[in-house]
Amino acid sequence: MSIAGASMTVTEAPADTGNPQMLSIARKQRLQDMAFHRITQLFSLLVLVALLGIIVSLFINAWPAFQKFGAHFIWYVEWDIINEEFGAAIAIVGTLASAGIALLIAVPLAFGIALFLTETCPPWLRRPLGTAIELLAAVPSIIYGMFGLFVFAPLFADYFQVPAQKLLGSMPLIGFLFGGSTNGMGILAAGIVLAFMVLPFVAAVMRDVFEIVPPILRESAYGLGCTTWEVVRRVVLPYTQKGVIGGVMLGLGRALGETMAVTFVIGNANRMPTSLFSPGTSIASTLANEFGEAADFHISALFALGFLLFVITFIVLALAKWMIIRAEKAKGL
Amino acid sequence: MNTKRTLLKTVAAATLATLAMGTAFAADITGAGATFPFPVYAKWAEAYKAATGTGLNYQSIGSSGGLKQIRAKTVTFGASDAPVKGADLDKDGMVQFPAIVGGTVPVLNLEGFKPGELRVTGAVLADMFLGKITKWNDAKLAALNPGKKLPDENITVVHRADGSGTTFNFTDYLSAVSPEWSSSVGKGAAVKWPAASSVGGKGNEGVAANVNRVKGAVGYVEYAYVKKNGMNFMQLQNADGKYVSPDDKTFAAAAAGADWFSVPGMGVSMVNAKGAEAWPISTASFILMYKQPGDKVASAEALKFFDWAFKNGKKLASDLDYVPLPDSLTDQIRAKVWNQVAK
Repeated sequence: MSIAGASMTVTEAPADTGNPQMLSIARKQRLQDMAFHRITQLFSLLVLVALLGIIVSLFINAWPAFQKFGAHFIWYVEWDIINEEFGAAIAIVGTLASAGIALLIAVPLAFGIALFLTETCPPWLRRPLGTAIELLAAVPSIIYGMFGLFVFAPLFADYFQVPAQKLLGSMPLIGFLFGGSTNGMGILAAGIVLAFMVLPFVAAVMRDVFEIVPPILRESAYGLGCTTWEVVRRVVLPYTQKGVIGGVMLGLGRALGETMAVTFVIGNANRMPTSLFSPGTSIASTLANEFGEAADFHISALFALGFLLFVITFIVLALAKWMIIRAEKAKGL
Repeated sequence: MNTKRTLLKTVAAATLATLAMGTAFAADITGAGATFPFPVYAKWAEAYKAATGTGLNYQSIGSSGGLKQIRAKTVTFGASDAPVKGADLDKDGMVQFPAIVGGTVPVLNLEGFKPGELRVTGAVLADMFLGKITKWNDAKLAALNPGKKLPDENITVVHRADGSGTTFNFTDYLSAVSPEWSSSVGKGAAVKWPAASSVGGKGNEGVAANVNRVKGAVGYVEYAYVKKNGMNFMQLQNADGKYVSPDDKTFAAAAAGADWFSVPGMGVSMVNAKGAEAWPISTASFILMYKQPGDKVASAEALKFFDWAFKNGKKLASDLDYVPLPDSLTDQIRAKVWNQVAK
């Protein structure tokens, strides 16, 4: 729309219309704007084309699996490569459970970190701490995976799984959650490693949005005698709701699609997990493990899994948007 | 302007150089497939290049990937850990021959046992992987190891999470020794692991790491990983009822016992091979080539490479803990298989 703006200045200055030099400059500028507009438009179209291309090619490759199993594929609890019986339920449960655990741990932690950094942190500590969090986000996922397998898993087995099983394993109702083997791998272990991976993203976004709250709002609230918590609860959070939800969803998106770190610690077992300690598998880790030696129908089943991950991510994003819209409506904006 | 021109010149020179290198590479032999023999093929290729100037471009993309590539005719030879059936070979007009022999070894993490001290039979090993034997002090294990103190510890089964020729070899063996394994699980590059305790590790190194880490774990890796990591392994009872340890001698004994030309395409499974010294989970890795190759020059070059490797590559293979094929067998491969390839 910058073209309209450029032409406006020309038409609004009739005194200059006769000046050929001015005209030629205006024409040149209009052309430049036009070219700029088209080129940027092309760039954004490229994203759209790539997205569509991915969806279509995923679906075409997955079609044989969908054709054979239909919608049943989604809740079929089976992954038998030799007999070509495939269902996505095990991988979907593993993906959602590990990502869910990750968010349960990461969101409160990130919230606390962001609050500390923006509200109560002494200024000299603010920068180094903020940088440390950003650095944590830059660690490659394979490092988290190796750390998870070689360092975290043995400690987790000895100092959490074994005591937790002894203490809680025989309790009614929740006891089953702590059953199974205590070898340090499994859904919960994957969830915890994922939590540390998404924590810096969520914390960084939350810190950034908390910082944009106008000081005048915050200081007015303090001036009325509010405690820090009251300021956060009544001023900061309502003002930044949109950004906070966005940050959480960013973290969830990363947790759902994370591959290497999960592959190292989730246990890679194609069985429906029965407890927090039981090994399972996620969509992304199944894809990473099995693509190399997959053939024929197995490949379409893997593509179908990939397609479902796409759909799940899409639903998550759509849900986030819907939550934001609803929250804004409730506020009467 | 000047810098621009130099830049252009550099780009042009680089393009020409790449083109020239491209033609040089065209003489290279191309192959793709199995990951299990990749270290030895790479070693052979290096020595062959030094000796003859012809290089080998081998992509270890996995056996099924290798089959796909050779069927698409993008490579001169394909490599597979699992032999292709004779009927399929005829349909595609391909020949198949073994190139190298190796072995898969069951490994464990059990306190108080030195490498090779624990003895198991194939049936008991299958029961452990089936999840029917869940404790190390199970009566069946105790009966095979009289006088040894087996701990009251849970067995954790560790398997490959990725599809692999090692898994094919191992499940092929379990299918051969356990009817229940054969009917309920079967053999393949990846299978549905039945034991409730089973966890998957990525690659040989992943399995090795998990077995070394988890107390009471049992798994399987290529022999080279056992040797390199000093892992604790089991003695296995072979088809002749003898207990044997894995090493190049017992792998070679298994290869010697195989009747290679009894199956079309030499697709002999070496698991549970006869012979007092034979290691029961040995395997050959196979090469696939077209009888009527599209590029006869390239195909002849590939055969020359394997001819050289069979003659001069034995030491290199043994250094990497593989077992080279015996001369009697390679002579037969030259006479009966390679003569089918049009030159």
